[in-house]
Amino acid sequence: MRKRIEIQKGSAGKILGRLFRYMSHYYKWELLVVIICIAVTAVAGISSSVFLKILVDDVITPGLDYGKIYGAAAGFDQVSGTLYTIAGIMAGIYAAGILCSFIYTRLMALITQGFLKHVRVDMFDKMQTLPVRYFDTHTHGDIMSYYTNDVDALRQLISQSVPQGLFSLVSVITLLVYMLISSVYLTLVVLAGVAVMAVVTKTVGSKSAKYFVRQQNSMGRAEGFVEEMINGQKVIKVFCHEKASERDFAKVNDELFHDADKANGYGNILMPAIMNLGHVVFVAVAIVGGALVLCNVHNLTITGLEASVITMGAIVSFLNMSRQFTLNIGQVSMQINAVVMAIAGAGRIFEFLDNEPEVDDGYVELVNANIDEQGNITESAERTGKWAWRHPHRAEGTVTYTELKGDIRLIDVDFGYVPEKMVLHDVTLYAKPGQKIAFVGATGAGKTTITNLINRFYDIEDGKIRYDGININKIKKADLRRSLGIVLQDTNLFTGTIMDNIRYGKLDATDEECIAAAKLAGAHDFITRLPEGYATMLTGDGSNLSQGQKQLLSIARVAVADPPVLILDEATSSIDTRTEYLVQRGMDALMEGRTVFVIAHRLSTIQNSDAIMVLDHGRIIERGSHEELIEKKGQYYQLYTGAFELE
Amino acid sequence: MNVIKTLTKSLREFRKETVLAPVLVSLEVVVECLIPLYMVTMLENIEADNSIENILFWGGILLLMAAVSLMFGMLAGRYAAKASAGFSRNLRTDIYSAIQGFSFSNIDKFSASSLVTRMTTDVINIQNAFMMIIRIAVRSPIMLVVSVIMSFTINWKIALIFLAIIPVLGVGLFVIFKKVDPIFTKVFKKYDAMNESIQENIKGIRVVKSYVREDYEMDKFGKTAQDVRASFQRGEMIIALNSPLMQFAIWTAITVICIYGSQLVVQSGGADLNAESLSSLIAYGAQCMSALMTLSMVMVMISIATSSSERVAEVLSEKSTLTNPENPVHEVPNGSVQFKKVSFKYSEKAERYALSDVDLDIKSGQTVGILGGTGSSKSTLVNLIPRLYDATEGEVLVGGINVRDYDLESLRDQVSVVLQKNVLFSGTIKENLRWGDPDATDEELVEACKRAQAHEFVSSFPDGYDTYIEQGGTNVSGGQKQRLCIARALLKKPKILILDDSTSAVDTKTDALIRQAFREELPDVTKFIIAQRVASVEDADVILIMDGGRIVAKGTHEELLASNRIYQEVYYSQNRMGASKQDLDDAGGDSKAFSDEGGAQE
Repeated sequence: MRKRIEIQKGSAGKILGRLFRYMSHYYKWELLVVIICIAVTAVAGISSSVFLKILVDDVITPGLDYGKIYGAAAGFDQVSGTLYTIAGIMAGIYAAGILCSFIYTRLMALITQGFLKHVRVDMFDKMQTLPVRYFDTHTHGDIMSYYTNDVDALRQLISQSVPQGLFSLVSVITLLVYMLISSVYLTLVVLAGVAVMAVVTKTVGSKSAKYFVRQQNSMGRAEGFVEEMINGQKVIKVFCHEKASERDFAKVNDELFHDADKANGYGNILMPAIMNLGHVVFVAVAIVGGALVLCNVHNLTITGLEASVITMGAIVSFLNMSRQFTLNIGQVSMQINAVVMAIAGAGRIFEFLDNEPEVDDGYVELVNANIDEQGNITESAERTGKWAWRHPHRAEGTVTYTELKGDIRLIDVDFGYVPEKMVLHDVTLYAKPGQKIAFVGATGAGKTTITNLINRFYDIEDGKIRYDGININKIKKADLRRSLGIVLQDTNLFTGTIMDNIRYGKLDATDEECIAAAKLAGAHDFITRLPEGYATMLTGDGSNLSQGQKQLLSIARVAVADPPVLILDEATSSIDTRTEYLVQRGMDALMEGRTVFVIAHRLSTIQNSDAIMVLDHGRIIERGSHEELIEKKGQYYQLYTGAFELE
Repeated sequence: MNVIKTLTKSLREFRKETVLAPVLVSLEVVVECLIPLYMVTMLENIEADNSIENILFWGGILLLMAAVSLMFGMLAGRYAAKASAGFSRNLRTDIYSAIQGFSFSNIDKFSASSLVTRMTTDVINIQNAFMMIIRIAVRSPIMLVVSVIMSFTINWKIALIFLAIIPVLGVGLFVIFKKVDPIFTKVFKKYDAMNESIQENIKGIRVVKSYVREDYEMDKFGKTAQDVRASFQRGEMIIALNSPLMQFAIWTAITVICIYGSQLVVQSGGADLNAESLSSLIAYGAQCMSALMTLSMVMVMISIATSSSERVAEVLSEKSTLTNPENPVHEVPNGSVQFKKVSFKYSEKAERYALSDVDLDIKSGQTVGILGGTGSSKSTLVNLIPRLYDATEGEVLVGGINVRDYDLESLRDQVSVVLQKNVLFSGTIKENLRWGDPDATDEELVEACKRAQAHEFVSSFPDGYDTYIEQGGTNVSGGQKQRLCIARALLKKPKILILDDSTSAVDTKTDALIRQAFREELPDVTKFIIAQRVASVEDADVILIMDGGRIVAKGTHEELLASNRIYQEVYYSQNRMGASKQDLDDAGGDSKAFSDEGGAQE
């Protein structure tokens, strides 16, 4: 989705300033070289008018004058030396210009792509540190568009607008100096023309920018519409709704057409307007120049009032300069839309980079441990298969170790995603090592929320969560999460082979370990039936597998991680009951000896839990084993017999 | 070439603007190029007679020329904007209606997100390139040609220098683009892959965080981003040779002109060439350079738009795999369904048949239950009935007539499917229901909702039937969504109703009530019910058991329970209450311990 473009008044300068600092952080010297090279190239470009003036004044006029007296050939001989000297200097300056142009265009390619890479990586690194809350409150499309639309707007700015702007700026300044050296009066005429151009650019440009913004916004609407419709295309077919949906689309499309037409229409007027205003300036300079000669006005330059009237050669070269001057201004005015877009894009990128990262005040770490028969725990540098919490006590300066067992207790937990709306109330539950605890309840009852709190995707409002007796707020988030395995309904596999995806659970797992995990999860069978087995590439979130197969893979992924605590959130919802029945043995083996939290709306999945929590509106309303709850003939019984609806 | 042909069909009413814009641009350029030539004459005349009247006269003509050029330029700009915006609108319209004409297999071929990209980013690329082509791609070559011609009229000997330089440049540019094109084709693939991996990370952030793989992902992304950067940089560095090359050519020309021109002026005593003409020649030189510069920019844009054009043309020229017969049958006589030796595969290239040798004879008004594991092709089977796909072999008959003989719309109006992956659209409940029948009265809507057991919850909403459904139906629960979808399908008043796992999120009691309503109120409608739950199909007239694309058993509940192993497995797995009492007893002890610990009861 494209987002609305808004630039707050006065923030544009700040954003550009920050962008410049950001760029010069990585490419200070390169930028300096680029600026110098652009200046040289721009000056070289302008020198042709200057050389023309020098040629006319020092070669052609004296040569012609001499020629009139002594014959043309002699006239040329008289000035040829000067001509070759001037030509030599010219060639030298041009050569320098070409060399600099070669350097800066290549450097710009390096800076542009290098800087974009840094921006992307900085954004990505930032993204990894953002709390889960950020992802829950922003659509994926919105986050994605930072990387696509906004970075692209930056690319436009850096690779085109900036060099173009620098080039024009240097040209304009150099030309201004030359013009002032030639004639102050004529320069004033040109400047008056520039003022008119500025007004035109502002008027037409702001109209164009206005519709440009509108075009982006109606583009966003069209995109949203198309996305919804195409995702429901099969339903459209089944209901023969094609004609109606075409009619609806025509409305959105017409609006976009109108805005695009206006935006480009105004944009296209700008260049001819500036160019032809340039012609008007040209005429004005000619008239004023002629008048100056005619009225014998002594020439005024910045070096002072000259004794003579301006020469014709000077006027000719001045005319050329004024033309180049306006051309450069025209070039800059063409970049307005790109600059507006880029500032808006950069503003959003900075906003993204300024997001607060997930805080972690935890100091209790998970370490490999040796445990002797007396239960004494010592830390070990190698993998021992045993884990312990390393708990430093700052006040006493001592360190204690607690064995990682998987005992999780929630005590009087209150929580709301937003302060105004509490989702969980007074939730208290104990899960002893190796127990299987199930959550049952309607959508929004708070089942997933509880698991979100255990792995600290969100932090509780009130109450306590203890893990092996330690307050989880004291545990380093990374270590806490490493000790919890989680399988979600949305499987989220990554581009790579099936083997890579299983190994995601434990990066140094051997192939044998991965295959053993796949066998445990009941995924081995279907994997080996694929033409390339474990080497099958998954693309586009595993679109070449069925949802059930993906779930089996994500179970294998958690199996290889071998965590003491498992959270299964609708982990088998897409596996049909028969397959589920077949993989049940594997699942039971996986859950053996671990503390497990299960969420499933298929009650058959959770019947053998040690305790079932029935949640309603964030409260635990019933708890007990399947048997006890059936006997109780309460809410669970009604759910079980089908009197209530889940999800 | 074909791509261009396919795309330009969408110009339609904007042909006039498409032609006018370049014509006007050409006129603008011609006037613009005449101006420097005219300036020479003007300067010469003013030099000869620098009276104010003379200056005003010549200046006036120049102003007039500027005004004409401005007019042409502005008109060209307007027309170019209209033509390109209109072209892109028509392209979007055409793509959209092409998609509307797609059959299910066409839809399967393109992913939704790729279709969205084609309709947005790709079309915008084409629009920009198109505007460039009708404005600047015309402007620059004309400018080049006119500038060269003008130079010839001033002094042909000197103008030859331009002619010598242009082919050198042309070859240089050609070589550069030839080298760059394959690089960029590859780069864009890498770029897409990079964005894909970002998307995966956004979607899978919970997985990344719970496996503590942030550093791993950063490391991986750093490498990907570096790879993309290196490739882009390689291409852009080659493109960067453009400017120095052009500067080299033009500046060499200008230097030579200066030397040779000055010599000519002095040696001819101003007869063959004078200072003013020399200045115009140099101005034309500069003009050639700027023309070439913009031309190379346009070439970059066009090369970007080429792949976009191909992608759009691919959609536009995609032929629907299903077409209406010549003399279609519009009326479905009854709800009987027959499959005769039907086999089906999703694409010709597929090795495996999704359905093999299906024979089926269902009488009008019967209820058919279908059970089977994932991938057993239950959905595939029912999708053949409303001809969402064509059978690869054998034939499917509805009401005794081959489905290929029906008018597609009539067939689908009378065979109503509730798809497994169903969607509601943003809009009110009423609007959504009326998809089934645009002319349905409010009473009919209520009636359908009552049958689908949706009336009760809809009435409980503050806005009732006018409740606004958010995009993707996120403000109703899964079960509610399914019931609304069923009601929508009922409004078609079909002869055959197909529910493809459409009550999976509905509780068993409601599910039973829906089936009861079907039985009692729609006795003549043939019903196909695909389900996971045995309870949903238990009372069907015939139950089909599918496995690996075949019907492995059919019969009533009692028959299958007695004879079919798969059916027994499924049945007992879902009714384990008695079967697994032992497990529960084992677990009971622990849960007691749990309550002893004093978990607060509410």
